[in-house]
Order: sequence, then structure tokens, then C-alpha cells
Amino acid sequence: MPSAPALLEIDNLRTHFFTSAGVVRAVDGVSYGVRSGETLGVVGESGCGKSVTALSILRLIADPPGRIVDGTIRFAGTNLLDLSESEIEDIRGNDISMIFQEPMTSLNPLLTVGRQISEAIALHRGLSRRDALDQAVEMLRRVHIPEPERRAHAYPHQLSGGMRQRVMIAMAVSCDPKVLIADEPTTALDVTIQAQILDLMRELQDRLGTAIILITHDMGVVAENADRVVVMYAGRKVEEASARELFEFPGHPYTKGLLGSIPNLEVAAHVNARRARLTEIKGMVPSLADLPQGCTFAPRCSFATEECRAAYPPLLEHRPGHWVSCWHAEHLLQGEA
Amino acid sequence: MTPLLEVRDLKKHFPIHKGVFSRISGQVYAVDGVSFHIDRGETLGLVGESGCGKSTVGRTLLKLLEPTEGKILVNGADITALDAAQMLPYRRQMQMIYQDPYASLNPRMSAGDIVGEPLIIHRVAAAKERRERVAQLFDRVGLRPELVNAFPHEFSGGQRQRIGIARALALNPELIVGDEPVSALDVSIQAQIINLLMDLQAELKLSYLFVAHDLAVVEHISDRVAVMYLGRIVETTDKTSLFEMPLHPYTEALLSAVPIPRASARARKRVILTGDVPSPINPPPGCHFHARCPYVMARCRHEVPALREVKPRHWAACHLHDNGVTFPLAKPAGA
Repeated sequence: MPSAPALLEIDNLRTHFFTSAGVVRAVDGVSYGVRSGETLGVVGESGCGKSVTALSILRLIADPPGRIVDGTIRFAGTNLLDLSESEIEDIRGNDISMIFQEPMTSLNPLLTVGRQISEAIALHRGLSRRDALDQAVEMLRRVHIPEPERRAHAYPHQLSGGMRQRVMIAMAVSCDPKVLIADEPTTALDVTIQAQILDLMRELQDRLGTAIILITHDMGVVAENADRVVVMYAGRKVEEASARELFEFPGHPYTKGLLGSIPNLEVAAHVNARRARLTEIKGMVPSLADLPQGCTFAPRCSFATEECRAAYPPLLEHRPGHWVSCWHAEHLLQGEA
Repeated sequence: MTPLLEVRDLKKHFPIHKGVFSRISGQVYAVDGVSFHIDRGETLGLVGESGCGKSTVGRTLLKLLEPTEGKILVNGADITALDAAQMLPYRRQMQMIYQDPYASLNPRMSAGDIVGEPLIIHRVAAAKERRERVAQLFDRVGLRPELVNAFPHEFSGGQRQRIGIARALALNPELIVGDEPVSALDVSIQAQIINLLMDLQAELKLSYLFVAHDLAVVEHISDRVAVMYLGRIVETTDKTSLFEMPLHPYTEALLSAVPIPRASARARKRVILTGDVPSPINPPPGCHFHARCPYVMARCRHEVPALREVKPRHWAACHLHDNGVTFPLAKPAGA
């Protein structure tokens, strides 16, 4: 791995939810870091813990039922978990900010978008309301919203989905954050709009050197935008590698399965689907309140052996910078599978 | 040979009502003159972004919505003007699978009753026979037989979609319209359902109209693809030609916007469109795409391009090909 120290580093994070159905181990010992100017992709299916990890970083987990029970989250040397509520508020939206999937539910429908953006600016920069509003218009211009002066007075429902997501980004980057957490930022958008938004995020990153954590279920989005990738399954990190390495040499059966299960446009255009089948990952994601013994992926894995059902495999560096948590990773990486 | 389904210049406009007297103040031109056909055993993919009218096409051709204009022919018979009772025999031939497996199953009916209901409505099987048929359908779509008595909330998303598929198959239809049938599912489950649909097609000689926004999925499943933009089909051809030689600028942009999961994807050159899809209430004059088109010419702003067979078996609605096929797409010199 390159030597620059991580700007944000999560170590052995455990976020559990204490429900009437039992303890849900949504995040169970996850570690990853992201450096300035780098995009870290975090992938996995619904319920794998990718969003809960992100919410834990900003301490946005509702308690009860959720609680961060173990681990550290270091940002520029400070453990965010040690901070008081008012100290973390200074960091939220300022040093570390977040973009959510559904802009309609994360924007306040009763306030104009200019007002919402300027609120964060006024709060963190101590500007007057008027100056903050001018700054908000500038931010809207930066995210390429046409007629920003006029749009600043619009309410969220008057904007299209793509525009609302731009507003969210304008808000998130209004205080020049050092870390931007984007949780499925384009999932609700059409693909041509998705391309615009991802392009915009790259542009902002190039200018500000922002570290981006890009959380998504879309392997294509990761391939085209991430430098490094973390794959999560059932609350744990099962693989980490550079994007290039991961797509060329997936080392975990789950990663392999994910890559095989999505139609690839270039391939799809040339095959007869009645014959060329997609790889299925049989079964479904296990309940986090009732995880199987040993490797949590073993019940769905075609490579599973007795060993897998007995003990959870350690996360080991099988190739330089390429970490896999699988008893059979060596075989998979050698292409014997 | 007559195609299984033929749609000619189909239009579906929705009136906008305003004020206390519900006076009609405008129209949403959801589908604005769409023509295509589907052959037996074939899959036609209908792809486009939200609001382009692709779902409305699916619903209108099954007459779940009354068409405003145009013709729908099934095995050569015109069903456009038929009423509900007259439609009944045609409904057996054409079934639908919906996007949302949560909203499209009655929560108060057991899975077995849901799958068996079409058999009751069409009076094709007595109770015992019906139970056998339901069991057979459960088996065919990969649901355990003991689940007939379970209710929809007891199933996962992927299993619910299997129930929806079993219900669509109950009457041995010839055509199934799938309206985003896999978009609400996680990727690993999506693959299971796509494979199931492909197996069923091979086995039962089904024809599909597969309506979806995900171009990679559509390209995988389909034989031919039609691309829709704001109520109109802008391009249609076999899936390989569409990918290798997109002749409409919108198709080109759509293809280049689809992220590709492979190692060297970052270096890919892409066309990024500016702006949003315009509103179907006041669609722009001329070509609907002209405001976002990188190759726009003067005539595009006022003259609607017709969907023409610009090269054999490849239809496109674009003025760039008015004087012969232009590929790669480029503005003619002096335009």
C-alpha cells in the first residue's frame, strides 16, 4: 500500500443494534482508511453494514437501539468516538460531510435550498446570513446548477432529482470538507444524470484534494471511480485491494460472485442470454441477528469446506496491498477456481 | 409471418385537470407515437430513463390503460377497441410482471391463492387441478411447495418476484411484459431472476417485452432493443448493432454513461450530457433530444425526425442520417 498516512482511519469498528429480536451485529470488526485525494469504494449488498459504518463515522447512529461497542475512528489523529457531542458537531458538515442516497428525504422541504446551504456555512464559518447566502449561490454555481441566483430561492420539490442531488453536494462541500462520505449518491438517479454527478464529484476532488468514501452496490460505479475498494459482507470486510487489482484478481468468492452476477454491457451485447448464464450466488444474505458459525458466506459459497464452516477466516494480505478473508483465497487468486 | 404483437403509432396522453371544475388544462404526452413488433420467442428490450414513457407503453399495450391513438395487434387481431369482456381471451395470452414485488401481491392472500387466482378468473381449472397446477408452477420458479400457504410478507424480495412470475405463467401466456422486473432486487438475487426468466423462455417459447432502465441488463436479456426518449422510440435494432454502432446521439450517450465493471474502466472516454430530461407536459418542438444533443443542427429545433430504417434492420430517428448513415456520429460540415 502507498505510504501516505490515512486521513481517516477506522479500526476494528463494531456497531451493534440491541433489538427485541436479539443483538444485530450490523458492523462487526471493520477497519479501513482513506487518504487525502483518494476515493475509497465500499461495496456490498443491502444489509452488509456499509451504510452503518459510514453513519458511525459521524456518530449518527440512533442510540437506542444502536451503539458503537468497540473500535476507534481516527480523523487527523483524534478518535472521533472520544469527542463530546458539541465537538463532533464542529466536525460534521465541516471537516467530514456526507451525501445521502435520496436527496428528497434529506433536504428540508420547507426551506429554500439557498437557505439550507447557507445554514451550514453560517454555522461553521461564522458568516452573516446575507454573506452566507451569497456563498450558497456560489456553491450552486460550482455544482453547475443553471441560474444559481434564481435556484437558491427554489424549494426542493421544484427541482429535478439530479438537481436535488447537486444541491446536496453543494451543501456537503460548502465548507471544503477534508472527507466526503457519499452513500449511494447516484442510486436514485438515471444513468446519464449519474454520470454528471460522478463527474462533478471527481472535479471537486481534483480541486480540493478531498478524500471520498464512495458507498455503493454498483460494481461499475466502483470500477470507474474508486482508487481502492473494500468489499463488505454481513457486517465485515471480506476483501480490500486497489480497484485495478480487485477487478482483475478478485480473491474472495463473494467478490467473484458479485462480479459474475451483473451483466457487463460489453459482454452482454454479444452473447445469447438463453445460453450465457449469469453466475448466481445461491441463497440470500443471512440474518445479522443469527449469523452462521464459521465463515458467514460459507452457506452460499461453492468453495466452502469443513474448515469454512468451523472458523471465520482471518483477513490476510495475499498479494501486496490485497487483503482477503477466505480460507481458499490462495487458490482463488491463482485462478484455480 | 404475422408477428405475435404489433404496435402501430401508439399514443397515450394523460389530461391534466385543474381547478374546481376539473377543466383540462394540458396533456402529458407520455407515449407519443410508438411503433414496434415482437416475434414469437423473441425478447424486445425497451430501455430509457425515468419519465420516458416506457412503462406506459407496457401498460397500454396490455390495455391496462386505454390507448389515446394507434393500434395494437395480437396475432394479427386488432385489440385496440375491445372492452374488458372481449379482452378476456387475450389476457390469457399476455401477462405482466411488475417491478415492485411488495406492491403487486395482495398481502391478504396466500402465495398459492395468488398464483392460482388467474385460473379461477379464466375458469380453466377445478379446485384439485388448480392445486396441482399451482404446485407445478411453484416448482418451476424455484419455490418450495410447502410455501403455498405462506403470505407475501413471509417471503424475501427475490422470492416474491418468483411468485409474481409464477402468477404470470399460470395461464400459459405467449407474451410476458416485464416492467423493471429485476430493478428492486440486490445484484446476487437479480442474477437468479434473470437466469430464471431466460430458462423459462427457452423452455416455454415465451416472448418478452422487457422494460427497464438498466442498459446492461437489457442488452443481456434482449434480442432486439428499442431506446425511448420522452415518449418516442429514437432507435431500434438488434442488441449487438445497438452497442457497436449507436446511430442516435442519445443511445451513444446512454451507452457511454453505463459504468462498466472491469479493471481499466477508469480510462474510458465518455459523452456526458448536460441538463435533464425535459418535461413530457411541454415537450420541446422538433427533436425531443435537441436541447441536450452534442450534434444539434438548425433543423433539429423545429423538425421532428422520423424513425427510419437508415441501414438494413436498423432504425433511427435522427437528422444526422438524412443524407446517408453517418458513423461515428458527427455534425455534417457546415451545419
